[in-house]
Amino acid sequence: MALAFLVLFLFVPLLAVFTEALRFGLGAYAAAILQPDALSALRLTLLAAAVAVPLNLVFGVSAGWAIAKFDFRGKNILLTLIDLPFAVSPVIAGLVFILLFGRQGWLGPWLTDHDIRVVFALPGIVLATVFVSFPFVAREIIPVMQAMGREEEEAARVLGASGLQIFRRVTLPNIKWGLLYGVLLCNARAMGEFGAVSVVSGKIRGETNTLPLHVEILYNEYQFQAAFAAASLLAGLAIVTLVLKVVIERRLQRAMAVPGDPL
Amino acid sequence: MSIEVRNLNKRFGSFVAVSDVSFTVASGELFALLGPSGCGKTTLLRIIAGLETQDSGTVLLSGEDATTQDVRQRGVGFVFQHYALFRHMTVFDNVAFGLDVRPRERRPSKAEISRRVHDLLGLVQLDYLHDRYPTQLSGGQRQRVALARALAVEPKVLLLDEPFGALDANVRRDLRRWLRRLHHDIKLTSVFVTHDQEEAFDLADRVVIMNRGQIEQEGRPAAVVDDPATPFVMNFVGNVNRFVGTVSAGRGHFGDFAVDYPAHTAADAHAAAAYARPHELRVSRTDAGNGFWTALAHVTPAGPVVRLELKTDDGRLVNVDLARSDFDDLDVRPGDRLHVSPQRVRVFLE
Amino acid sequence: MVRTRRHTVLPGFRLTMGYTIFYLVLIVLLPLLTLPIRSWELGWSVFQATVTDPRVLASYRLSLGAALAAAAINAVFGLVVAWVLTRYRLPGQRVIDALIDLPFALPTAVAGITLTTLYAPGGWLGRHLAAWGITVAFTPLGITLALVFIGLPFVVRTLQPVIDDLDLEIEEAASSLGATRWQVLGRVVLPYLSPAWLTGFALAFARSVGEYGSVVFIAGNMPMRTEITPLLIITQLEQFDYARATAIAVVLLLLSFLLLLLINGLQSWAGRRLST
Repeated sequence: MALAFLVLFLFVPLLAVFTEALRFGLGAYAAAILQPDALSALRLTLLAAAVAVPLNLVFGVSAGWAIAKFDFRGKNILLTLIDLPFAVSPVIAGLVFILLFGRQGWLGPWLTDHDIRVVFALPGIVLATVFVSFPFVAREIIPVMQAMGREEEEAARVLGASGLQIFRRVTLPNIKWGLLYGVLLCNARAMGEFGAVSVVSGKIRGETNTLPLHVEILYNEYQFQAAFAAASLLAGLAIVTLVLKVVIERRLQRAMAVPGDPL
Repeated sequence: MSIEVRNLNKRFGSFVAVSDVSFTVASGELFALLGPSGCGKTTLLRIIAGLETQDSGTVLLSGEDATTQDVRQRGVGFVFQHYALFRHMTVFDNVAFGLDVRPRERRPSKAEISRRVHDLLGLVQLDYLHDRYPTQLSGGQRQRVALARALAVEPKVLLLDEPFGALDANVRRDLRRWLRRLHHDIKLTSVFVTHDQEEAFDLADRVVIMNRGQIEQEGRPAAVVDDPATPFVMNFVGNVNRFVGTVSAGRGHFGDFAVDYPAHTAADAHAAAAYARPHELRVSRTDAGNGFWTALAHVTPAGPVVRLELKTDDGRLVNVDLARSDFDDLDVRPGDRLHVSPQRVRVFLE
Repeated sequence: MVRTRRHTVLPGFRLTMGYTIFYLVLIVLLPLLTLPIRSWELGWSVFQATVTDPRVLASYRLSLGAALAAAAINAVFGLVVAWVLTRYRLPGQRVIDALIDLPFALPTAVAGITLTTLYAPGGWLGRHLAAWGITVAFTPLGITLALVFIGLPFVVRTLQPVIDDLDLEIEEAASSLGATRWQVLGRVVLPYLSPAWLTGFALAFARSVGEYGSVVFIAGNMPMRTEITPLLIITQLEQFDYARATAIAVVLLLLSFLLLLLINGLQSWAGRRLST
């Protein structure tokens, strides 16, 4: 009973996206997706994710190494601070970049003088995306690295391996599924972000519109079928994410269950 | 290569892990650090390896100060308690790792590495498992892979942290015999940490017994067993009966029996305890003098010996080990009265 | 055994720690700091006038109230779902389990327009609900519904591993001591789950308070009635009233920060409870 309700609650919306998208048939669907504004929104979304994910990946690995392999004071404070973007409203995430880089912002006059646009332009969108997807890789990788312990790395050190050799040959193979998991979630958030990007984008069609913003504009213009067609791309992304998540989770469990010690 | 530890100290916050420890391990010796868990022996071993840094004191390897040497420069082989095998590598790759990560100019050729790895796997009798992963091995096999991996880099010293700690009792016995033979063959200076006295005495040429970061006694196994230097060692090395009393004017008085104690000649009484091992107490049905009466509470047959649990009249328990034949001659059953007279005791002032 | 702080010989601490702090400060802390600083510059009277404006207060009440209601619903519903998914084998379990994460994975704008379309008076579900006299879309009820959708995975995913760890033997032990099913639940199971349960509740609440994308379409956005705080901030921004936007936002940020501290406290409590 509870599950029937659950399925209804979660599955029906997913079904509705595709039904609405295909309401006027495949032709209309293709037309909606292939219109230039939709394509440029898709490009921008991919671009923002392509910048945000690698940046946060490097951060996640770096934070994971420092936090999981060493003891230091204030570790819990650091972990809390890394979580901050989870807790902050996306609208606030966008707002702070306006306050920093907007025309009335601290750096606004300087940026105007040098003819650099951050807010209502690509850099602002990328910054907001980096911000909201910031914790994902770190949060996945830290527990995995902690669970792995330090003994294997220490053993490699005694055997004469350099820092880079230890990371590449001992640590990385052990955490690769955790890393992939983090990248997956980070990417999903980066591509799907709406609130923060909506604040900094200015929503200039064909220029600063990401796919979620494109969906909103179409919807507000009562072009429901086109809105849902664009939304179906994002829903497709969500489905792919969920499937990959299940696959990776299974590999991750297997990797983590492999005992280093026979107790 | 010899190892010399001088006045080593290490604290973790307010916890003193190692306190003013000094000892020397001769070249080619098999040496044991023995003590209860938390006594600082693992920390000590990690300091010798360079995995941990001491607060003060020095570690000399072959007479050379190793304090400023990085763990990679010390030429030690370290076998971790839980082996720390690389779980994503095969047995072969695990053993080859130390050679593989050498800078190119010092790295042996692929064929040479392969030859050496197979030699080592032959030495630990695991060559037939070279393409397995650590998870596919039993505990004892993992232990031997860890050993082969440590030996692959041709260390000058081998350090083993609780090498048999995680194994079943019978596997432990086999591996112990095997390690003794291996050490006999390769004569590598080795130090191992253990909390199991039987293991330490069975394997080591010499042992150091540690308690709360300090050395209680150092010596050959037989000497330690026969002549414990402190009450702690007395208690730690085998079962023991303890009798409280006093010493004065060269005699110790412990209830109904007394022994000579020439070390304390002063007339005033000083608190002391006498320790006797279960096999150092003689029991008889008649009063044999210099002893006390007990009642037999419980009998445990343990192979060639029989363990008796006796109860004194004031309710304390005394353990006595008897040879099977002596027990049969005695012909007693629970409830019978038995006289106990210590044959050999060691007295420590308290 | 005394727990000792292990020194480690592994390299790279300074490099990775340095980069971690640098990136954290650059991307998160510095930008977020602008908010309290800018609102400080406004001066107390402007700040106070803004955040006590009836329209702003109404939005706080709505955002908090709906988030609280949604988190409470999720706490109950999520517990049932987590329990069923962990303890029973069902057909299609894998799919259902994967579907729990849909609200995580589905971009909020998509969730927003879809829920609105479904629950609008003429929509698939709204039509039937309207027959019962229930209006969901463009009412606080709709806002709560969207927040329930968004918050569900937090409760379920926090509880699942803990339920999984809960040894059946403990329940059996309680039963063997003569406890009834309800006593086992109330005195053994729920106390054991409570740290994780509270954490899940707090996570769902924290997410819901600041949620924008999934709510804004279904909310109706009528000032004083269905206008959530994040939307009010955006409205101020669109009128280029940065001062008001900043003041409204800093209150929300403070609330989020407190919630985060609470959640971390709860998690370490849960960790301690489960490690014994």
